[in-house]
Amino acid sequence: MTTMTVMTKPHRTIWQRWNWLLWVVVIGALYYWTINGLKFTGLQESAGAVSQSIVDGLVHPQWSYVYDGSGEDLLSLILQTLAIAFLGTIVSAVISVPFAFWAARGTHERFFLRSGSGKVVLTLIRTFPEIVLAIMFIKAVGPGSYAGVLAVSIHSIGMLGKLFSEAIENMDRGSEEAITSAGGRAGQVFALATVPTIMPEFFSYTLYRFEIAVRSASILGMVGAGGIGTPMIFAIQTRNWPKVGIILLGIVVMVLLIDSLSEQLRKRLI
Amino acid sequence: MTYPETPRRSWVQRWHVKGIVGTVVLVVLLIASSRMTGVDVGMFFSNFGQFMNLLVRMSSPAWDYTAVIIQPLLETIQMAILGTTIGAALAIPFAVLSASNLIHSRLLRGVTRLFLDLVRTLPDLLLAAIFVAIFGIGSTAGVVTLAIFSFGMVSKLFYEVIETIDMGPLEALESVGASKVTIIWYAVLPQILNQFISYFLYTLEINVRASTVLGYLGAGGIGVFLQRSLNEFNYSQTAVIILATLVVVLVIDGISNHLRRVLL
Repeated sequence: MTTMTVMTKPHRTIWQRWNWLLWVVVIGALYYWTINGLKFTGLQESAGAVSQSIVDGLVHPQWSYVYDGSGEDLLSLILQTLAIAFLGTIVSAVISVPFAFWAARGTHERFFLRSGSGKVVLTLIRTFPEIVLAIMFIKAVGPGSYAGVLAVSIHSIGMLGKLFSEAIENMDRGSEEAITSAGGRAGQVFALATVPTIMPEFFSYTLYRFEIAVRSASILGMVGAGGIGTPMIFAIQTRNWPKVGIILLGIVVMVLLIDSLSEQLRKRLI
Repeated sequence: MTYPETPRRSWVQRWHVKGIVGTVVLVVLLIASSRMTGVDVGMFFSNFGQFMNLLVRMSSPAWDYTAVIIQPLLETIQMAILGTTIGAALAIPFAVLSASNLIHSRLLRGVTRLFLDLVRTLPDLLLAAIFVAIFGIGSTAGVVTLAIFSFGMVSKLFYEVIETIDMGPLEALESVGASKVTIIWYAVLPQILNQFISYFLYTLEINVRASTVLGYLGAGGIGVFLQRSLNEFNYSQTAVIILATLVVVLVIDGISNHLRRVLL
């Protein structure tokens, strides 16, 4: 007689065996709700013709718009867009530093009242849509790139503050302790240990945020906050597809250049 | 007696050339860009009252408006779910094509990645403006915008996941002569599925945020109401919309964070 060893399957409860079914039902219901809830307008009759002319415009961009010396051409507006993003990011990086120290969880902190409240404030700032901020600032300082700068500066605090505070939480405390144990005062610890340790990370995050700001600065113009977005939305509304084509091309080239430049710089930093 | 040589600092180090040049460049760029954008600090503070007035009017939200915006808010979520799903589904083949451990042809990979890089450069609102022109005002334009937008983002995240997988099971299947499809189904998919879902949820979070403003250009959802309230200078309604959006974003973030923690 041969002994037979039966491989028993590990015992699984009914719940474990069948809970995938629950997921199927939940996800199925979710998608049912999603697809039924949306009213698909379907393609407009003109959709084909419009797409045709868009492709046409993209293939034959209006090259004359690139530079005509009027100050309203593609190059000057792209430069203006970059200026909005740059200035907004730098201003926001400076303002973010105190916010970051507010929101960073301290090592001796109890109940995390300070850092918790800071985190809530940063989340609130982050969720406030940039477009709405831009519209509010347009009311305050009039339409133009100044409103764009203000919108980028305030909106970026939400994300930069969060990234900065996480950098502070995760930083190496060794040099701080060294200065403290050598009898350094709080100000000296901050200036000689804290700042040099986190500076490269702050710079790197600022560059990263600048990449995002370039993208948002290029659309803020759609609501009148300066930069390349303003002629873009006008060109779309007047169905001037060759102009849309050249502006799209300009934005793509600008974003690619800035991204690779910033990546190079960030690689050197860390 | 010889003294140990003191470390020599190069001319560049001694005069802090890098730091000084960096600072000068930064200052020049700052001045140039503030002139170009016409920044006027004084004007901001002289008009600060107006800005504060706006905030004050926002700080008394018109709560009865909540009932009106529940439906468009749900529509926003639906747009985000559908857009992300379509985008992620489209992204899978492109992610496979640009993963260096699956595709050995450098040319094919390069072309796919260049295409993905190009897609990623386009900001969401720009896409929305174009698709509204094609599909007309409504949520269809929003769904297509979000699909394209998430396609660019998800495909990059996906191929980075694929590139980190353990190649052992793949080589095992390859050595017994399995086809490419079989390899992907049995060796690649089980390793990446959880991370894919996690990134899908992460993209969904971003899309929910993005979809709230798409309607500003006519692409459906809560943004339509946002634009209406802003145009009518009805800031107490704007406040309700922003608060409601905040709640939705936080709820979706919470659910998605929980699911992602369970998955990974």
